[in-house]
Amino acid sequence: MNILECKGLTKRFGAKTALDGVSLTIEPGRIVGLLGPNGSGKTTLIKLANGLLVPTAGQLWVNGRAPGKESHAMVSYLPERTSLPLWMTVKQLQDFYEDFYTDFQRERSSEMLDRLEISPKQRMKQMSKGTREKVQLILAMSRQAKLYLLDEPIGGVDPAARDYILDTIIRNYNPEAAVVISTHLIADVEKVLDEVIFIDRGQILFQSAVDTIREEKGMSVDALFREVYKC
Amino acid sequence: MAWQFRNDIPIYTQLIAQIQQKIVSGALLPGERLPSVRDLAAEAGVNPNTMQRAMMEMEREGLVFSQRTAGRFVTEDAARIKDLRETLARDQVKEFLESMYLLGFRQEEIVSFVEKEGEHHEHSGV
Repeated sequence: MNILECKGLTKRFGAKTALDGVSLTIEPGRIVGLLGPNGSGKTTLIKLANGLLVPTAGQLWVNGRAPGKESHAMVSYLPERTSLPLWMTVKQLQDFYEDFYTDFQRERSSEMLDRLEISPKQRMKQMSKGTREKVQLILAMSRQAKLYLLDEPIGGVDPAARDYILDTIIRNYNPEAAVVISTHLIADVEKVLDEVIFIDRGQILFQSAVDTIREEKGMSVDALFREVYKC
Repeated sequence: MAWQFRNDIPIYTQLIAQIQQKIVSGALLPGERLPSVRDLAAEAGVNPNTMQRAMMEMEREGLVFSQRTAGRFVTEDAARIKDLRETLARDQVKEFLESMYLLGFRQEEIVSFVEKEGEHHEHSGV
């Protein structure tokens, strides 16, 4: 069964069409890059998939379920901006996740936090931006979800933190789940991805395997992106 | 050894090339047990499915083999490794010769040039 399936998915905000008839499928075991310039519809698509937005037209299914309680429970979402209360300590955040999500694996998160030498007593507001991003990713990846939606997980952090985040995604690989990473920093994530979806002005340009692009075009996905979206 | 990748060719073929290099150079020994696909993928910083694809391809070529529960190992077939070593060397030489011909060198010139430079290389310990 597909982890994510969209058919003619459309979202309008007033007169503006953010997503325009998007159809796609994402299979289990895949790490997929959702690539496009700012304002192309990446975040809208992610918010439809996690049920934060309701489509204007079209349909979608997560692991075969239409949006609802059951589909929400299978999605782990890392928003673009910090959504967690900054006054909370790491331990409080773990409590929070444990209360909210039955699939949260506290021990797994503690192991990852230990390895980074992040103390459970530390508060979010005391952390650097990079550390905060890492903590949020660890929490998101510690859930045993079917679909991980990571919206710009490496935006605005230094290269070392970026490597850590990508490494965490690889190490948490689960053949029964799928990971969607939205980003415009393609060169950094390219090697981690199975396939990429190019999106522009709310429409899917194409979906292709990374090595197929390299094989057929003789260029990296990053180079192709620059060509496709040349200003 | 750090993994390095070029941008213009598929990642899985580059993984194969780098693992082959480790096998022929002895960095990976005949019969040595390989780390899991997930660990290898993390070490190389690549997608686990891409690493899996590289492993399957090398299994098909008889360079590695898996045992159901114990994991995946480098081949113990010394002749196969020797054969690979020669194939890889032949590819390198072919590429080198083509570049030298492009520079206008003739074969005798290339041979004496290589001998001279080779000595220099050995003495400087490179």
